[in-house]
Amino acid sequence: MSDFLLKGGRVVDPSQSLDETADVLVIGDVVQGVGARVANDAAGRDGLETIDCSGLVVSPGFIDVHCHLREPGREEVETIATGARAAAAGGFTAVCAMPNTDPVTDNQAAVGFIIRQASLANGARVYPIGAISVGQRGEALAEFGEMVSAGAVAVSDDGKPVASAHLMRTALEYARTFGIPVADHCEEPTLAKGGAMNEGVVSARLGLKGVPSEAEEIMAIRDILLARRTGGHIHLCHMSTRGSVELIRWGKERGINVTAEVCPHHLSLTEDAVDGYNTNAKMNPPLRTADDLAALRDGVRDGTIDLIATDHAPHHYDEKEREFADAPNGIIGLETALAVNITWLVASEVIDLGVLIERMSCAPARTFKLAGGSLRRGSPADVTAFDPNAKWVVDPARFKSKGRNTPYTGQTLQGRVRLTIVGGRVVHRADA
Amino acid sequence: MIPALGKDLLGLEPLSGEQIKLILDTAEPFKEISERAIKKVPTLRGATIVNLFFEASTRTRVSFEFAEKRLSADTVNVAASGSSVSKGETLVDTARNLEAMRIDMVVIRHGASGAAKFLAERIESNVINAGDGTHEHPTQGLLDLLTLRDQFGHIEGIKVCIVGDVLHSRVARSNIWGLTKMGAEVAVCGPRSLLPNAIDELGVTVFDRVDEAIEWADALNVLRLQLERMTAGYIPSLREYNRVFGISRERLERAPRELVVLHPGPMNRGVEIDSDVADGPFSVILDQVTNGVAIRMAVLYLLSGGRPELAEAAKTGDGRRAAGGGRETAGGKRDDE
Repeated sequence: MSDFLLKGGRVVDPSQSLDETADVLVIGDVVQGVGARVANDAAGRDGLETIDCSGLVVSPGFIDVHCHLREPGREEVETIATGARAAAAGGFTAVCAMPNTDPVTDNQAAVGFIIRQASLANGARVYPIGAISVGQRGEALAEFGEMVSAGAVAVSDDGKPVASAHLMRTALEYARTFGIPVADHCEEPTLAKGGAMNEGVVSARLGLKGVPSEAEEIMAIRDILLARRTGGHIHLCHMSTRGSVELIRWGKERGINVTAEVCPHHLSLTEDAVDGYNTNAKMNPPLRTADDLAALRDGVRDGTIDLIATDHAPHHYDEKEREFADAPNGIIGLETALAVNITWLVASEVIDLGVLIERMSCAPARTFKLAGGSLRRGSPADVTAFDPNAKWVVDPARFKSKGRNTPYTGQTLQGRVRLTIVGGRVVHRADA
Repeated sequence: MIPALGKDLLGLEPLSGEQIKLILDTAEPFKEISERAIKKVPTLRGATIVNLFFEASTRTRVSFEFAEKRLSADTVNVAASGSSVSKGETLVDTARNLEAMRIDMVVIRHGASGAAKFLAERIESNVINAGDGTHEHPTQGLLDLLTLRDQFGHIEGIKVCIVGDVLHSRVARSNIWGLTKMGAEVAVCGPRSLLPNAIDELGVTVFDRVDEAIEWADALNVLRLQLERMTAGYIPSLREYNRVFGISRERLERAPRELVVLHPGPMNRGVEIDSDVADGPFSVILDQVTNGVAIRMAVLYLLSGGRPELAEAAKTGDGRRAAGGGRETAGGKRDDE
């Protein structure tokens, strides 16, 4: 670890309403200050490295509250180390790992294992999310208290949605005791059963079983109402429909403790991407319609949708190289998230860079009560610098992730991460 | 200009009306071969064709096999059980292994929508879709079109209603594309639980009452009702289905005009269609089966690079040589004239 002066960048830190050309001084593992004069504080310090950030945006590091790192259980697909380095390459300084591992992360020992692996990873910080139910079976509550003590920051049965309204109610009440959010993958199982894509005209044409929007919306409103009943914090994962945005807005207007996330792919692609049976456009929830996409963008702009998360879901090449209905759901996202968001949201003026950084850094930190998300003096030195104008062609062979399953292969995207600092250590650096 | 079919026949959705008409016209001269005492011409002599059937099929497989044999192709039938598929081999490995044996064409039937396209994108042989999941069954759609054209003399302007489980039917999809591209008016009729939610967006009319459909239509294409739809909860009972949607003689006799009744088979007599209709004067069900062989001969001939205007001549010689080219002309690189 050394000290850094990030010099001459455009510092965008929505946590302190900052957007100006300035220097950022990192001393040890904290941000010492931001401004035109911090260089003076640093003058004469031994071992100070000055990094020229002119032409770059310097922001608090991005935080992804939703990714799948596959370890333990599927280390051939991703490990905590490769996932943490992929995150760093994407400008993320912290990620939250979903518990649908094998075995399921449903106890303090499993949480401790992830913390230990993450400490060896030399990438982004990794915060475990514990399971809601033992084995994600949707029956008995997992031991939230012990998992939180071991380092879990939230609970979720992501991938195996909680079908029982009673279990969800209990989880919200019990999680409230420990001050953690309950993150739910909203999917009404009987409606979604066997579905491979959005239900609509494309599924009718392709002869694929569809998942109707209502499968998500029914569970979204169930969860919102249970949050109203219990006072617990419900966090709705990867929202994909106009109806969900409207239901969240309804909940927030009534002061219900609901937060929500959306993924970059749901803000950039529609069900048309599935045409031709493209298994790299298969995910759950599925890509929806242009109308849903417009509503989600509005939600990101006005804050109804609190934050953007990747749902990074690596799969082995062979698993995706098969018949559409049999291919697994999910795409990787850590190394394309920023560029997809800049290309489809900032360059097309849906939101400005300040809002994007708010949704990718400040809001995730706030929502999951994580360190970071700010460059205020004394904050952890989790900093990202990126070139918002650099264009690059997506070549999955160059990813740090073991996953190659992305629908953006060959596309030219705008926005490239140049520097990622976690706790005062450079974990990713890519000069122009 | 002659519109080429391209390398594969994966569905009728990607084809133009002109291309569909080309296949139907090419089938005409092939009809006669099956009426001969010696039902064999040398057109595809030397071509190797694999019939790769991952789902049980009698009619379609036999129809393809007759079409191939009557054109003198060498054929091999691979059924999913009894092959490496049952040992867990993936579709792509199965295909690549077959191709390594230097085959010319694959006819594939598979339970997954998109399987034929998946295969076609990964091997160089011509691929013919013999039914993929609930997506398309293009040769069935084509033989239905040929049968209708035989009956009415034309397809443009005729009114065809597809009756039954459209949601799960690849026959329905191929018929909808083929008929609309050829200028027919298309309607569907069935329980709403067995129609795609977005059916209106496919350019078809919906009838909830089969009697209204019968009053409107020139022809009915009656789909097979898979018995498992009842156990899966899409309809309450076969008895009620027959009472509400079954095609009976009594219903047909109330029609303002004589209807033509098609069925892709195999039939559930007494469920979607009554026996006195299936075996009655309006039924063209066996004509469909006969036409199926001619259609499949036409598709095999065209994909192998044969020229449609030479189909008649091709019957007496090597068709691909008569076409003045070979397999390399199949990809649309044929001269425009």
